[in-house]
Amino acid sequence: MQDLLYFFQQLINGLTIGSAYALIAIGYTMVYGIIGMINFAHGEVYMIGAYTALIAITGLTAFGIAWLPLVLIVALICAVIVSSSMGWAVERVAYRPVRGRHRLIPLISAIGMSIFLQNYVHLAQGSRNIGFPALMDGGFQFGSADSFQMSLSYMQITIFITTLICMTLLSLFISRSRIGRACRAVSQDLRMANLLGIDTNRIISATFVIGASLAAVAGLLLGMYYGSVDPLFGFIAGLKAFTAAVLGGIGSIPGAMLGGLILGVAESMTSGYLSGEYKDVVSFSLLILILLFKPTGLLGKPEVEKI
Amino acid sequence: MLEVQNLSMRFGGLLAVDQVTLDVQEHEIVSIIGPNGAGKTTVFNCISGFYKPTGGKILFEGGEIQGKPDHKISRLGMVRTFQHVRLFGQMTVVENLLVAQHRHLNTNLLAGLIKTPDYREREQKSLDRAAYWLERVGLMELANREAGNLAYGQQRRLEIARCMVTEPKLLMLDEPAAGLNPAETKDLNQLIISLKEDYNVSVLLIEHDMSLVMDISDRITVINQGRPLAAGTPDEVRNNDDVIKAYLGEA
Repeated sequence: MQDLLYFFQQLINGLTIGSAYALIAIGYTMVYGIIGMINFAHGEVYMIGAYTALIAITGLTAFGIAWLPLVLIVALICAVIVSSSMGWAVERVAYRPVRGRHRLIPLISAIGMSIFLQNYVHLAQGSRNIGFPALMDGGFQFGSADSFQMSLSYMQITIFITTLICMTLLSLFISRSRIGRACRAVSQDLRMANLLGIDTNRIISATFVIGASLAAVAGLLLGMYYGSVDPLFGFIAGLKAFTAAVLGGIGSIPGAMLGGLILGVAESMTSGYLSGEYKDVVSFSLLILILLFKPTGLLGKPEVEKI
Repeated sequence: MLEVQNLSMRFGGLLAVDQVTLDVQEHEIVSIIGPNGAGKTTVFNCISGFYKPTGGKILFEGGEIQGKPDHKISRLGMVRTFQHVRLFGQMTVVENLLVAQHRHLNTNLLAGLIKTPDYREREQKSLDRAAYWLERVGLMELANREAGNLAYGQQRRLEIARCMVTEPKLLMLDEPAAGLNPAETKDLNQLIISLKEDYNVSVLLIEHDMSLVMDISDRITVINQGRPLAAGTPDEVRNNDDVIKAYLGEA
């Protein structure tokens, strides 16, 4: 019984962190699906989302506004607005001017963008980590107090539900809306979409903005979950989300969701049964294995060479 | 409506198209023929904005379009197909037709989110237009299939339908009959004539199927090794000695 509870505890922790990875991974996968390139500044967009949320929360608390739902919603809106403008700017500055050039060039400009944003936050907010106020305490406890107790915190429930809502909205948007339809067309054949009169530049901007908004949501959630942010907050999370996207099959949105969850669970199982120090080893070993044995990822389709 | 004057396209040392001149009038089907590698598709790519020509002029309805970006050219009312099928294979048949009408719909995101009456009306119109063309090319029962899963001939017809929902003035078809069986080619023949007669679309055609070309073309331009060889009505071209030589080799 105790063992089972322990297992479920790891599973819950893994799914929590995994669903946040999935939110970030969608940004990588959508951008890759459309322009065939990795947005290396995406982790920074996520980090800026977390900072913006923190600033908004601190500001509201200073004004004496403490009603939790309001604080969270305002923080969320601020984070989404700032991050999505950042995502839009990254595309305009680092991708659009060099689109159609050699693949290395946008890669380098995006890495430059990432270094710039990281250092900008270093300067503006200092390099020490800043604590998030504990807004959401408590949760449910299972099991008897004298042995292992499984806990499911309100924060974890919030992360699950928010992620679920975001994923549902995104799926509906992609499958039903006019812009979603255009996004799919552009990702399948950009040139043809262009020839049919679709404004592909707008669609590319839209994917960066959507990815950045989801990253901002993840920034707020994970910032609160971990309890602090620092300017390197986006680096490791970005790397993990990228791994999740490749794991699930880069370019595939359901793949990014699945990849995020698998990665999260794998990490927490490693921490729970092996040692916390091995969790990064396991997640990147997973990446290597998938690249060796199924390079297209779990849900990715093999690329057909376009002539 | 389309005038190509002394068009040249050079790739490094290779002059792929050399001083080609042709024109398409309203309500006319014009074909470009020539042996493989003659530069026919290069001419198409220059007209549709895929390549920036290195010399000459292209006028569409009086305005110069050479070197303009392809989405601007297509918005003037010119749409093309490619030698190989380029459908959005993972989207359904009807989605392929809807997405082609993207720019006809209200571009305001807000209007799309709250679904204003105006937006609904436009969406309904584009659905109606899609349904009309599906019926017209005989793909109505397959509307919700993935386009990539259709048979080859069906994909070809869907491509033409997708061009037509954009309501073009000029339709450019690059080897539309390639890979079709004789019955399908006959259907295509009738479809293209009907596009001209019933929908008032001009057609610029590249095709190797001579019976199709001779049947439906009002005029034909022959290109050989990038240079214009002959031009005229099907009868004139058929009896032109240079053309016979180019196709059959010197006797």
